[in-house]
Amino acid sequence: MITPAETVTLALGVPLLGFVLVAMSGRIPNLRETFTLLTAVATFALVASLYPAVMRGEEVRVALFEVMPGVPLAFRVEPLGMVYALVATLLWIPNSVYSIGYMRGNNEKHQTRFYSCFPLAIASAVGIAFADNVFTMFVFYETLTLSTFPLVTHKGSTDAVRSGRVYLGILLTTSVAFQLFAVMWIAVLAQQGAASGIEFTEGGVFAAALASDAVSADIVGLLFFLYIYGIGKAALMPVHRWLPAAMVAPTPVSAFLHAVAVVKAGVFCVVKVTVYVFGLGTLNRYGLGEWLLYVSGFTIVAASLIAAFQDNLKKRLAYSTISQLSYVVMAAALFTPLGVLAATFHIVAHAFGKITLFFAAGSVYTAAHKTQVSQLNGIGRRMPATMAAFTVGALSMIGVPPLVGFVSKWWLINSIMERGTLTGVDFSEVFVLLVIAASTLLNASYFLPIVYRAFFKPLSDEDMKHPHGEAPMAIVYALSFTAALTVLFFFWHRPALDLAELVRRAAL
Amino acid sequence: MLEHLRTQLPALIVVTPLTMGLIVALIGRRQIGWYIAMATTAGVFAMTLQLLMDVLNHGERSLTYLMGNWPVPYGIAYKADPLSASVMLIVAAMAAVITFYARRSVASEVPVGKLHYFWGLWLFCITGLLGITITGDAFNLYVLLEISSLSTYTLVALGKERNRRALTSAINYLLLGTMGACFYLVGVAYLYMATGSLNIPDIAERLQPIYASWGTDAPLYQKTVIAGFAMMAVGLSLKLALFPLHGWLPNAYTYAPSAVSALLASTATKVGAYAFMRVIFTLVGVGFAFGRLHTDIALMACSGAAIIVGSWMAIRQVNVKKLLAYSSIAQIGYIALGFALANRDGMTASVIHLINHALTKGGMFLALGMVMYRLGGTRLSDLRGLGRKMPLTMAAFTAGGLGLIGVPLTSGFVSKWYLVSGCLEGGRYEMAAVVLVGSLLALIYVWRVVETIYFGKRDEEVQVREAPWTMLVPTLLLIGASLYFGINASHTAYIAQAAADYLLGAAR
Amino acid sequence: MDFILDYYNYWACILIMLIGLYGVMAKSNLVKKILALGIFQTGILVFYISIGKVEGGTGPVRAAGENVVYSNPLPHALMLTAIVVGVATMAVGLAIVINIRQTYGTADELDIEAIEHERGD
Repeated sequence: MITPAETVTLALGVPLLGFVLVAMSGRIPNLRETFTLLTAVATFALVASLYPAVMRGEEVRVALFEVMPGVPLAFRVEPLGMVYALVATLLWIPNSVYSIGYMRGNNEKHQTRFYSCFPLAIASAVGIAFADNVFTMFVFYETLTLSTFPLVTHKGSTDAVRSGRVYLGILLTTSVAFQLFAVMWIAVLAQQGAASGIEFTEGGVFAAALASDAVSADIVGLLFFLYIYGIGKAALMPVHRWLPAAMVAPTPVSAFLHAVAVVKAGVFCVVKVTVYVFGLGTLNRYGLGEWLLYVSGFTIVAASLIAAFQDNLKKRLAYSTISQLSYVVMAAALFTPLGVLAATFHIVAHAFGKITLFFAAGSVYTAAHKTQVSQLNGIGRRMPATMAAFTVGALSMIGVPPLVGFVSKWWLINSIMERGTLTGVDFSEVFVLLVIAASTLLNASYFLPIVYRAFFKPLSDEDMKHPHGEAPMAIVYALSFTAALTVLFFFWHRPALDLAELVRRAAL
Repeated sequence: MLEHLRTQLPALIVVTPLTMGLIVALIGRRQIGWYIAMATTAGVFAMTLQLLMDVLNHGERSLTYLMGNWPVPYGIAYKADPLSASVMLIVAAMAAVITFYARRSVASEVPVGKLHYFWGLWLFCITGLLGITITGDAFNLYVLLEISSLSTYTLVALGKERNRRALTSAINYLLLGTMGACFYLVGVAYLYMATGSLNIPDIAERLQPIYASWGTDAPLYQKTVIAGFAMMAVGLSLKLALFPLHGWLPNAYTYAPSAVSALLASTATKVGAYAFMRVIFTLVGVGFAFGRLHTDIALMACSGAAIIVGSWMAIRQVNVKKLLAYSSIAQIGYIALGFALANRDGMTASVIHLINHALTKGGMFLALGMVMYRLGGTRLSDLRGLGRKMPLTMAAFTAGGLGLIGVPLTSGFVSKWYLVSGCLEGGRYEMAAVVLVGSLLALIYVWRVVETIYFGKRDEEVQVREAPWTMLVPTLLLIGASLYFGINASHTAYIAQAAADYLLGAAR
Repeated sequence: MDFILDYYNYWACILIMLIGLYGVMAKSNLVKKILALGIFQTGILVFYISIGKVEGGTGPVRAAGENVVYSNPLPHALMLTAIVVGVATMAVGLAIVINIRQTYGTADELDIEAIEHERGD
């Protein structure tokens, strides 16, 4: 029997082993894909096996080694990280199946490089999820950026290289200039006794120091700003440009990394530092993060507006992702326990819906070689499964019951009520409600026309000359699975909600 | 017998390469030169390792060796302490690894008839560098400085077979280098006037009553000591290539034979930095240099400018060797900034960066040497698409580049961590910002090369093979070490902190 | 005025050094630069020797008689070494200049720059 602590180490080690195996079995594609699938299943099983321990409130800590004296690479399993890790590792399984269909269906080159970068990204994601201190989180945040870079530039075309430059430029610039600065500053403050340490702590690391005036609230506010913009992966405007740029990658990459693992890492980090580094109490008491509410609200509406004018399907989805990510940030920026719960839950809800949408986009590309929304007339008749799944995803984004998107919106509105009762109703609550209303309308306005086009408009004459059917079975299986999850999760979301409830309690 | 030799280690480390260099040059049989040089550098490496252990295990953490048993201050004393012993270890280790690498590289770049001179000069250069590090005598330091410099000028000039500009670079280096040494020599004269001693610890002791007299009515030698320190500072800044006195460096590094560039980049400037630290902390004392004269402000300004301007110039280069040379100027800025902060983290950063940068930049120059060996040039266009042809070489170069940027889990990150901590600890927020901006500029210049390596289109007509293993192994060894010290920095941090504590302790 | 006269030996040394410094900076002919470097070093030699002088002291060679005052011999010894270094520097410098002359057909910095500029590098 392995202990939970060993499980954490294994959950990091298995993907790394998978990386080695995949990289070495490049000559035998079937063996390579078997390794990918095995690694995916094993990683998820390992992460999932930690669930009971988390629910029991056990403390699972691992300190691997000290990189520098006093700065260890250490891990601790807590509910919020568990949510992210579960989502990321679970969705890697259908994505691996999907990748096989997509990469073979499109005869992509350099498949070994493609498959070997995924486990590295997953290992980084697990590292971020279970990081015990700000340093560890930063390290894996960076390795996630670097390990996904070859995936973004996979095609090697001029366009891909240019997009890769934007991707790396924005993500590394923000993380080095802002996040690293904040991490080091916290480390120095911890040395000087102005912060309780670099470890994530319930209630934040500055609570005691602020009370005793060992650190000024201005510095903490500045650190909060540095952190939020240091996490470029959360795609808060104006540092969102890397996400549309990353759409140049093959669709499995966009679907899994740029709708789930990478972007969720961003918002996860935002929630994590809000709760465990700064602490809701601190942020509320000193009024430090009010601006975040407005920035994220602006991002939601602005990104939705831009999405409505994108003809490229993947670009439209990318802007929709930017908008949805800011939902998570906005929920966290309410600085109420219920807001944190809503944020946590939306990490899950959005992941299921958005990966389905991307899978559908890639399916259309594989079967029909179409990338633009305007080309999709009548495609629902040729690819019923794909477009049905797309519809499910779209409706979930809008927040229609009985889909999981509705549940997270429910909690979000509840948390606004909670904020109203806690701090008194002022402009901010009204603002958030308006943002939600506007964005729901916008979501409907840019998703429903696609559904309408696909099912109700006739095929063009040009299309009639090029008959095609559904995408390869691997793709159809994968997207049906995630679409089913989107529905299923509306009725049965106990595990995620229980975890989110634990996060809420930690934030109290 | 062995025990007796062990007490003679400080002298043997310097005398062995000196004697062997002479023998190599006199024997004149060209094949034997490399073997002797290899054996010598390996032996010297073993001796420095033993010396460092002896020093660290010694109660006072310093060993003094009297040349010819003449007592201080009459004779020349060699002094090994944690700082000098660790710098010597770096020099000796780099010399041994690069010598192993250099056999084929030098044979292809230097005319056969001059090989024995080359190896003789090579050993003289190492003699000088090791001597500067261990000597405790201010004048002896000048002599050893000139021994290393004179041999370096000639080594640089030997690059003329590849590119005749090596000659003009060498003469330029000679003029500026000699000026630097002369300034240092004048500085020594001033301090000798004031104290009547040449032994560094002895001068430091005799300066104390002089400093004490300055507040009184009869200040002793005030102008003399200030002028002496100023002269030494300028002279050593020239040797160290601290901005704006870096003019000689880019061309000298670019046009020298590959192995010489690697040796210079990884040892010569490091020794210059060491000598500068010695003068500030041991000779005149930090209270005088920083406290009274505020040299630290000037140093910080110079190093900040070095970081920004060096990195900026690196971005604009088309010759990758020159790009690395300009990057070295920026890295020297980091080292100088570290000791200008004069706090524990800053000093640690300085010493740890001496080690890390020697490994990283040495490895990168070696990788370029292999490109030179196979392709006969190191322009950006030569590297186009080389990632497929010379995968290991280019992987080493890329990993080194990541280290220059300071990506987590590379040794460059550890250096920057300590450096920024030092800046924040000293309240130098603007310098912390400069360091981070420097990292971002490094990202640009490294990524230009990496993109060319992996995404550039190569003329397939020309056959290029991976470099021979005798060159690959040392390169990978250095880059591997630089990665290892990024993941587990406890050894380097231990040594660097011991050195920092020793210097700061001696200064107070 | 006293300030100049009292320290006349230093003024002389500094003048020599400055002449050398000027030569290194201002001359474009490499041979002249090397010679100027030699002048600069000579200035330092004289400077060292003059700081070793003890008032009323004789040359530091054992002289007959009681209570003879000697000049400080240490700077002389140091300068012997410095002379050797200076000669070596000049030898290396001139050797490189000879090579430059053979390669470029000129030993003038400006001409060399013009040649390299024409070639475009």
